[in-house]
Amino acid sequence: MNWIGLAGFGLVIFSAILMAGLAFLRRKSTPAFREIPAFARLRKAIGLAVEEGSRLHISLGRGGLTTPQSAAELAGLEMLRRIAELTSASDRPPVATSGDGAVTILSQDALLASERVTLSTGYDATAARLTGLTPFSYAVGALPVMQDENVSANVLMGNFGVEVALLTDTAERENTSTLAGSDNLSAQAILYASAQDPLIGEELYAAGAYIKARPFHTASLTTQDILRWLIVIGILVGALLKLAGVL
Amino acid sequence: MKLKGLFSAVIAIATGLIVLVGYFVEIPILVNLRITILNWVIILAAVALFVGLFNLLAVHADKFRNKEKGGIYSLILIFSLLTTLILGLWLRPDHALMALIFTAIQLPVETSLMAMLVVTLTYASIRLLRPAQYAGLRRRNNLISIIFLVTALLILLGTAPVPFIGSVPILGDLIRPFIVQVLAAAGARGILIGVALGSLTTGLRVLFGADRPYGSDPSRGGK
Repeated sequence: MNWIGLAGFGLVIFSAILMAGLAFLRRKSTPAFREIPAFARLRKAIGLAVEEGSRLHISLGRGGLTTPQSAAELAGLEMLRRIAELTSASDRPPVATSGDGAVTILSQDALLASERVTLSTGYDATAARLTGLTPFSYAVGALPVMQDENVSANVLMGNFGVEVALLTDTAERENTSTLAGSDNLSAQAILYASAQDPLIGEELYAAGAYIKARPFHTASLTTQDILRWLIVIGILVGALLKLAGVL
Repeated sequence: MKLKGLFSAVIAIATGLIVLVGYFVEIPILVNLRITILNWVIILAAVALFVGLFNLLAVHADKFRNKEKGGIYSLILIFSLLTTLILGLWLRPDHALMALIFTAIQLPVETSLMAMLVVTLTYASIRLLRPAQYAGLRRRNNLISIIFLVTALLILLGTAPVPFIGSVPILGDLIRPFIVQVLAAAGARGILIGVALGSLTTGLRVLFGADRPYGSDPSRGGK
């Protein structure tokens, strides 16, 4: 194993120990997060959807589970599961769209699992859909869901590219709110300009904790913060050493 | 159900750990196991693709059968999907007709959608300038939005040649490279480091079984 591999493995082990330790220490304390207005508005949108009998649309993007973007898809799936549980009292379950077969199966599973947890009946297998396999076909396939299915809010969480502009534009035309996050830089720039509530950078991965925090979610956010500060210190020290001619 | 959920979690965590450790530690048995598991994943992903296609067919067949709005487009989609699938299975994907279907239908349609993005994004940029109460967006008219727009304009002017002038002096030679290579690159790296850390902790949550994108979660109860 070369030193880069060793450093990577060390980072994973260190993060795992840190997260497990923090989760254990904070298992009984109430988590405190910095406020992200997008999540506060999402909670209101969930409550409103239940009251109105409208649907929430959760778009998981066109990334797959066998690609490097799988973490964004996993974050989206976790969000789908939590939203499905929170809207279980509603007459209309949320509708999930994705652009990958495996993600579609997992989103069906997430909706089914939430039905089991809340002991409600009426699982609809077509509430989780594959809308297309290429980026644009996925986006275009998701548009009729946003337009015709009494959707009151859209949550776009996963791997999107520039095609996300078609989704946010449609949400704007339909006068529905949009919370959106992607791991792709171009998509993040587009979302900043076009989405009502854009999630920038790692905010996408914090969504699960903000909707329904559990010790591991809180611990993962703290771990991210600690690692970020370590990286900042590393960059500064590296820059100083470079300036001094040591590196 | 709880036992089933626990069983699936144990399998998922074990395979995840084998693939992760096999990636970093070059022990032959671990590397072989990792490669075998990844080969299974590729096969399962292909099967999942077919399941997804059946889902797509079922949704659109329902839409057409129930005479929902846009049902005729669903019929066109089903016809196109089945035709392409049968032709692909019969002629194989590298046949000239399959290439023609891609270059004559799929490519122009996707290019047109890309062109539509120009209009969509220009409209989104204009909305950034509108007062918040009209734009329907809740965080506009702030300094960051103005910086965002001015930067986009500077990059556009510095990149595209202006009629009769060509490249704009100073802007094209000095300002644009500074923004792209220093400010934007630094910001992009910062965001990417955040994304990488988020990916790492999300993966670890799945490995710890805290997030379970598969099966039911015993910690949340259920039937």
